[in-house]
Amino acid sequence: MIKRYFCYFLSCFVCLPALAQFRIEVSGVGLTQVPVVIAPFKGQEALPQKISDIIKADLERSGQFRVITPPAGAFDESSRPELSFLRQAGADAFASGSVARLADGRFDVRFRLWDVVKGQDLGGRSFAVNATDLRLAAHRVADDIYEKLTGDKGVFSTRIAYVTKVGQRYQLWVADADGESAQSALASPEPIISPAWSPDGNQLAYVSFESRKPVVYVHNVSTGKRRLIANFKGSNSAPTWSPDGTTLALTLSRDGGSQLFLLSAAGGEPRRLMQSPSIDTEPVFSPDGKHIYFVSDRGGSPQVYRVAATGQGAERVTFTGNYNISPAISQDGRWLAYISRVGGAFMLHVMSLADGAVTAITDSAADESPSFSPNGKMLVYATQQQGREALMTSTLDGKVKARLSGQQGDIREPHWGPFFN
Amino acid sequence: MKNFILAGLLSIFLAACGSSVPLNDVPVADATAKAVGADSGAAGSGVQGSGVAPVDLGTSPDQAQGALASNESRVVYFDYDSFVVKPEFQSLIAAHAKQLRAQPTRRVALEGHTDERGGREYNLALGQKRADAVRNALSILGVSQNQMEAVSFGKEKPAAAGFDEAALAQNRRVEIRYP
Repeated sequence: MIKRYFCYFLSCFVCLPALAQFRIEVSGVGLTQVPVVIAPFKGQEALPQKISDIIKADLERSGQFRVITPPAGAFDESSRPELSFLRQAGADAFASGSVARLADGRFDVRFRLWDVVKGQDLGGRSFAVNATDLRLAAHRVADDIYEKLTGDKGVFSTRIAYVTKVGQRYQLWVADADGESAQSALASPEPIISPAWSPDGNQLAYVSFESRKPVVYVHNVSTGKRRLIANFKGSNSAPTWSPDGTTLALTLSRDGGSQLFLLSAAGGEPRRLMQSPSIDTEPVFSPDGKHIYFVSDRGGSPQVYRVAATGQGAERVTFTGNYNISPAISQDGRWLAYISRVGGAFMLHVMSLADGAVTAITDSAADESPSFSPNGKMLVYATQQQGREALMTSTLDGKVKARLSGQQGDIREPHWGPFFN
Repeated sequence: MKNFILAGLLSIFLAACGSSVPLNDVPVADATAKAVGADSGAAGSGVQGSGVAPVDLGTSPDQAQGALASNESRVVYFDYDSFVVKPEFQSLIAAHAKQLRAQPTRRVALEGHTDERGGREYNLALGQKRADAVRNALSILGVSQNQMEAVSFGKEKPAAAGFDEAALAQNRRVEIRYP
């Protein structure tokens, strides 16, 4: 009952300050969420984007926090909050901070986190950033809070690639993990699909139709330099990187049919992974690089299979339903996300690879292209809302979802990038 | 009679194809240098939120083939979830085969398409299967593999908008295109 109340309270509260960014849906009860207070950062009134709102939205979107209204008063990183009051308000943690303009024009963003229950100062940090990176600084603060309170690395400062279609113009974007601060990497009059981050987060492989057939490019996003890596006779598609970044797996039809090949990231001659009379496509490596998950219709309908990276011993992984495609594997190797057709609807599912248990994450009709956050705790996927393509994030249990914004038109083909070290 | 045999062969063939911040009381640690990268605006770092170099491929001319050949003579339509060239398209394919046999240096692209249901990559593979079916049909009629390239656009280039059966049927197709 109390939790139900909190969920309701939470959705109202979160929507108001963060309306411009997200609409966060919370469904289901029984969530274990850390109740946390994020006080407004001192000095943020002068900024177009409120640091504390960005942090709150990040923490909410992760599904692991319940953000509670801050007590009245002004706080910064040197404030010692009144812990008994915060305990009464139900908070387990309290963060406060400040943002100030430095003499060189940059901004100094500082924060400190308190364990309200233990009455302990959990430490803090400061970040000096250009005005254009204030959002990033807020994401870094959210990452620190997330890591200190959950023990897992935060993913709020990582990046997502996605594609938009507006009229007949296609654009490949690199954006913050909340969909904001998008920067265009490529604009084309022809479709772009299947962007895939290299493990170092510097390059994107993708399929472009700019030469009136699907070919695969590898694109350095900071320099804009592109390499045409697969332009063989027929279709070239579905690129994915090996975890060590040396090899791409992809689908080629050059020898007839859609078949899986391995190709050095430096280019050159592809090596065939398997020989099958069926469609084999959408390869993705297991995090240890030893297996490749892929989609095949060898059993009569498209299903997810797994094969050793040597090409030996293909075995079926999905058994429920007659249309299971677009596999993604979490970085801890525990979860398989994929799209399953149920009735006439295409819905995101997650399978526990240890026991094969499957959970439907959505009740939508046209989900596509799931990918995991680098800490394996969230998913991003494409779907349709009110007849338009949209991107959503979800927790692995489907209980907390948020729509990413920041773009007009149709938005699709998300791929969540790695951690930056 | 000869056409009849060819058509028969064709259908037989097609059927067979099938940080470590201490947690105790510590001052706010200065993490300026590595945490956010104060100079992340500089090109080439590539590691932070800034620094994406945009590439613009411009716009392409309208590549519609309408002026060259009407759809009736260059598009093969398929049934739902099917990759079999239907009998009513065999004369169309035979006409293209004849033209290509007569001009051995002429090249042709066979562009497979699907309707908009399902995943992009899987539809790309399905469109490829349709393009391969038309390529095989032309090959049986004597067209050299060197003249042909079968490619797929999957569901990326629908001919008709909408999700009613008429639109979906218009989109399940192979376009025979002469570059």
